[in-house]
Amino acid sequence: MKIVVLVKQVPDSGAERNLRADDNSVDRASANNVINEMDEYAIEEALRLQEAHGGEVTVLTMGPDRATESIRKALSMGPDGAVHVLDDALPGTDYLGTSRVLAAAIGTLSPDLVICGAEATDARGQVMAHMLAERLGFAALTGARKLTVEGAQLTVERQTEEGYEVVTAATPAVVSVWDTINEPRYPSFKGIMAAKKKPVDTKSLADLGVSADQVGWGGSATTVLSHSKRPARSAGVKVTDSGEGGVALVDYLSSEKFV
Amino acid sequence: MTDFGLSEEHRELRDTVRRFAQDKVAPVIGELYEKHEFPYDLVRQMGAMGLFGLPFPATVPGADGDLEIGGMDGDYLALCLVLEELARVDSSLSITLEAAISLGAMPIYKYGTDEQKRRWLPRLLRGEALAGFGLTEPGAGSDAGGTRTTARLSEDGTEWIINGTKSFITNSGTTMTCLVTVTALTGPDEISSIIVPSGTPGFTVAPGYSKVGWCASDTHELTFVDCRVPVDNLLGKRGRGFAQFLHILDEGRIAIAALATGLAQGCVDESLKYATQREAFGHTIGSYQAIQFMIADMETRAHTARLAWRDAAQRLVAGEPFKRQAAIAKLHASTVAVDNARAGTQIHGGYGFMNEFPVSRMWRDSKILEIGEGTSEVQRMIIARDLGLA
Ligand SMILES: Cc1cc2nc3c(=O)[nH]c(=O)nc-3n(C[C@H](O)[C@H](O)[C@H](O)COP(=O)(O)OP(=O)(O)OC[C@H]3O[C@@H](n4cnc5c(N)ncnc54)[C@H](O)[C@@H]3O)c2cc1C
Ligand SMILES: Cc1cc2nc3c(=O)[nH]c(=O)nc-3n(C[C@H](O)[C@H](O)[C@H](O)COP(=O)(O)OP(=O)(O)OC[C@H]3O[C@@H](n4cnc5c(N)ncnc54)[C@H](O)[C@@H]3O)c2cc1C
Repeated sequence: MKIVVLVKQVPDSGAERNLRADDNSVDRASANNVINEMDEYAIEEALRLQEAHGGEVTVLTMGPDRATESIRKALSMGPDGAVHVLDDALPGTDYLGTSRVLAAAIGTLSPDLVICGAEATDARGQVMAHMLAERLGFAALTGARKLTVEGAQLTVERQTEEGYEVVTAATPAVVSVWDTINEPRYPSFKGIMAAKKKPVDTKSLADLGVSADQVGWGGSATTVLSHSKRPARSAGVKVTDSGEGGVALVDYLSSEKFV
Repeated sequence: MTDFGLSEEHRELRDTVRRFAQDKVAPVIGELYEKHEFPYDLVRQMGAMGLFGLPFPATVPGADGDLEIGGMDGDYLALCLVLEELARVDSSLSITLEAAISLGAMPIYKYGTDEQKRRWLPRLLRGEALAGFGLTEPGAGSDAGGTRTTARLSEDGTEWIINGTKSFITNSGTTMTCLVTVTALTGPDEISSIIVPSGTPGFTVAPGYSKVGWCASDTHELTFVDCRVPVDNLLGKRGRGFAQFLHILDEGRIAIAALATGLAQGCVDESLKYATQREAFGHTIGSYQAIQFMIADMETRAHTARLAWRDAAQRLVAGEPFKRQAAIAKLHASTVAVDNARAGTQIHGGYGFMNEFPVSRMWRDSKILEIGEGTSEVQRMIIARDLGLA
């Protein structure tokens, strides 16, 4: 089975993150950039499938030069190689443009399966899997907490707020996963050493046949007009219990539509 | 940024183990420690990460071609970095790994026959089995030459018959333990090392000690009563047991120094966190210069301890003499660990005396560092001797 795993480099969600004042984009230069957490689960799932069914796992990243670091980290977990889409025209590209570029890159790899995280912690759009499936003509199995493969048949337990749905499809497909699906491995020292020597194929937009005016600030369908800091937390409501505390609590909760 | 000449891979390994220690070890170790339980699950995960095979090559030359022993092709520096990161969160796991490698697998790797390597090393290096090293006896610790345990050949010359007692042996009684290497008198003034597989009749493992610290690591007293093992279980040359363990202990000192540095740094981590949260007299205690200076001193000590063990490790890796530097590193880092644990506990006030705070665990774990694998007095003896003072 040929598997492509999408890996995005994002600012560490555990630290302070900012948008840039000039163009409202994520400030990546001053951040500690890491692999999008959910993508580690996608890599783990791909490696487990490879261990069970054989085949090849390729990491695909679209991102700046700096993203090489995350690609090496991903490779140290075990994938066979990576494709890095790198082009000066890419900054500012929105979801639609990104899905166009990634779909073109996936097209050159002809995988049976594309696995990605259900969301990236920087923008939390949860749309990439759907967009890619649409562009590629693949089935979309999104939000998986479990994935099983029998031959060309995929079965996914799709996590919902109430429980889960069982969804099946034939390959080729795009599967997006939540962090409930597995426990990602830590790279071994051997993996860290091997990652240095694994092939990373760098592709430009021209290599993929995507024209520069379909991406970047100019090629994006959406524009962020302005942004502001999250307001400081307000003091909250204090309920003093003088016999009626329970009622006061429920009144408050229902006034805020929590119950 | 250069970091004492660490390679990118060394740093990547260190950061990976740091994440593992914070995400997997920190949440569970307190409870295991309280219950004096060996952390089997964490040890298994460390095995999967390849940590038990770090300083060994994948293959070693044998008489009939290369032997696959399954090492990670790393070096001693890599191992020490890992020990420091683990001990920054917990010492029990760090000493389990240190002893498994320095005392368990290393003697077999260095002195074993092809057959001994083939039989034991692959499982040890994958972290699926553990080996102990029995040197200390009730009457012979620092003065390890005072060994009383005997091993005599059977009449037909096919077996060693071992009698004696070993004290405080790490990793000797887990369900993963597969052997203990013991030093024994094989003649007057002749000490040799012999491999005793777990479960050999006449080899008894006493219940675990009630220890002040290292409570999630495994330590037992071992007794040997007419315990017979094949003559081929001799490790290395007959009569070379003393020289062998002196060399093994020289290396191990660097590892213990790295572990001690980790504990010292862990005390800084915990104290920084606490000092910026805890308030007294209307301000966080970290705003008082008395506390600031304590933490500044702690960081300074941890840093110098790290410089000392890195220097010794780099000499070892480069194949240069390192005996004095290893002893200096062990002496200094263990002193620093005890000093930082005392200061860290002080900064935590009454909470530092409560077992639920990691700093109290570090306090309990620090003292043994001035005792195990050569007491501080023994380190001073080594340094003085190396300076030419007889
Ligand atoms: C938790 C734990 C795990 C251990 N694991 C192992 C293991 O896996 N394998 C193993 O073989 N051993 C192990 N040991 C034993 C350890 O190495 C010894 O305890 C240590 O070497 C000290 O020996 P001792 O306890 O007999 O003390 P002693 O040698 O009796 O020392 C008592 C005191 O006298 C001092 N002293 C001794 N001689 C001199 C001198 N000439 N000049 C000045 N001062 C001197 C010492 O420094 C010390 O302060 C372990 C111990 C512990 C507590
Ligand atoms: C086993 C045990 C039994 C106890 N029994 C009793 C009891 O019977 N009754 C009772 O009332 N209490 C009792 N205590 C509480 C004990 O008296 C307090 O723990 C102690 O006074 C320290 O207070 P604290 O723990 O809040 O530390 P903190 O006051 O929070 O101090 C934390 C650190 O900050 C330092 N610090 C604080 N203020 C300053 C400053 N202005 N400048 C510089 N440094 C500062 C402290 O010296 C310390 O190092 C007990 C505690 C224990 C552990």
